[in-house]
Amino acid sequence: MSDLIRAPGEARRRRPADGHGDAAGTAAARAHARARPARARSGRWTAWAFLAPVLAYLVLFYAYPLYRNLDLSLRNYTVRSFVRGGAPFTGAKNYTTVVHDPIFVPALVHTMVFTLVSLAFQFTIGMGLAVFFSRHFRLSATLRALFLVPWLLPLIVSASTWSWMLNSDSGVVNAMLHRLGIGPVNWLTSPQWSLTSVIIANIWIGVPFNLVVLYSGLQTIPVSLYEAAALDGANGWQRFWRVTFPLLRPVSAITLLLGLIYTLKVFDIIWIMTRGGPAGSSTTFATWSYRLGFGTLLPSFGPGAAVGNLLIVIALVFGLLYVRLQRRRQSI
Amino acid sequence: MTGRATWWKTAIGLVLTALMLFPVYWMINVSFTRDRDMRKSPPDWFPVHGTVAGYRAVVDQQLPHLGTSLFIGAGTVVLTLLVSAPAGYSMAKLRPRGAGVLGFVLLIAQMVPGIIMAMGFYSIYLSLGVLDNPVGLVVADSTIAVPFGVLVFAAFMTGIPDELLQAATIDGAGRLRIFWSIVLPVSRNAIVTVSLFSFLWAWSDFVFASTLDGGGDRRPITLGIYHYIGNNDQQWNAIMATAVVASIPATALLIIAQRYVAAGVTAGAVKD
Repeated sequence: MSDLIRAPGEARRRRPADGHGDAAGTAAARAHARARPARARSGRWTAWAFLAPVLAYLVLFYAYPLYRNLDLSLRNYTVRSFVRGGAPFTGAKNYTTVVHDPIFVPALVHTMVFTLVSLAFQFTIGMGLAVFFSRHFRLSATLRALFLVPWLLPLIVSASTWSWMLNSDSGVVNAMLHRLGIGPVNWLTSPQWSLTSVIIANIWIGVPFNLVVLYSGLQTIPVSLYEAAALDGANGWQRFWRVTFPLLRPVSAITLLLGLIYTLKVFDIIWIMTRGGPAGSSTTFATWSYRLGFGTLLPSFGPGAAVGNLLIVIALVFGLLYVRLQRRRQSI
Repeated sequence: MTGRATWWKTAIGLVLTALMLFPVYWMINVSFTRDRDMRKSPPDWFPVHGTVAGYRAVVDQQLPHLGTSLFIGAGTVVLTLLVSAPAGYSMAKLRPRGAGVLGFVLLIAQMVPGIIMAMGFYSIYLSLGVLDNPVGLVVADSTIAVPFGVLVFAAFMTGIPDELLQAATIDGAGRLRIFWSIVLPVSRNAIVTVSLFSFLWAWSDFVFASTLDGGGDRRPITLGIYHYIGNNDQQWNAIMATAVVASIPATALLIIAQRYVAAGVTAGAVKD
């Protein structure tokens, strides 16, 4: 019996704001009142002790590398001063260099086109597939699981497979197009097509994520709503636009924002397939930053870090938007 | 009745899945294709004159890299669990002041592009002289997984009934004991999800590997493939065979732990 009485008291001691409780609990809490401050303080210490590893981790392996990156972008580093230290502080000079670089505007445009076009297709295809798979049919669960494969494969695997499929002379895509009477397209080696090629590969990789998240969003819509709509004479198309789409809007917003943040930083696929080329025609901020820092024999770490930090700022703007949306959804 | 009503949906589903997985099939097909058929036009749709030369090349040349990747994957799992499980418990059940801010920081941390972390790590590792070291890659790769891990653990552990933990307190168990003997065993699903994804991300990592690991025998399999493409543009069966082998963990995990995969994909994106 005493156990039953003490349990609510325990809960109250940890969360003083918790308003409602029974008389026995209040009595128990009052009995423990003198011990409360000491207990609460020790509880707080334990809580922070459990957090200590992750806090140390975040400082050492997140904050410090980011600080080093900021420092790189604010100094004039050469290969020698990179190794030995002592690079002069140059303030925002790396940033102005980068902004006035002739690559800046094309890289910005490519980043935007790559992100927005990828998202539009990933989301539309993912939504169509999610609606399709939510009508249960034989094998639907198995096939839905198989759709995850492209998302789980290492990016180097997907990117090198697509490279070979899109090869101008021996690729299977051009072989199929040839059968349709469309003459060979230089997917990866011509400036007109390189950005399209990496977008196609990226859409393929991103569809599963959209499918899974939107599908789980669909599961939260009560079946009775569809039944009511059907009774009112709504056809499938109307049911989608009048019931599914509005109710899925919060999940859709979250999916699109997460997709946006992830797509902004895509680097592997583009670098492996085209290295941002030819002639910079598929260079985005991520690949530009890498090329400045690591892609050449004479690295320019300062400008590379500056481009990277600009990318962080863009990602952060949308990141904060995501956090706000998520908060609002949780408070409902 | 249901069978008749849905067979055409199953048929459409099969066609869509086949389309989606065609690149995977093509990777496998090319991995068995002979060198001299590689540039045939039109290409063979099936490996009619199949060869395992590509796989023999994998065994001859890529085994050490597979070993390195296994080590890095396992190390990343251990480090991620050590750091994120206690933090998840604290955020879910002990709730110190400031836990909300930490959650916010972790969400934002997930959004930092890998290439920027790579540049920071590169400059640190260079001054410490620990470039080209698999342990360095374990640390770098874990930065992809730790924020995710804490958030998954916190979300899962919030669901553990308080009564269970209070009963243990009354029996005289300390917080550490409660965490070790009750919270962790109950959180098996979260442990599996976090381990699975941290392993996959570390196994698949290319950004950190290509910046922090210049070459040598101890480079991971992703770099093995990358250098293959750079060095011999002719042996695409060997490249694709390596790709097939590198895809085995992802495929195996999908088959063995399908529900955990779906849980991980939606974690953070959708409220249950």
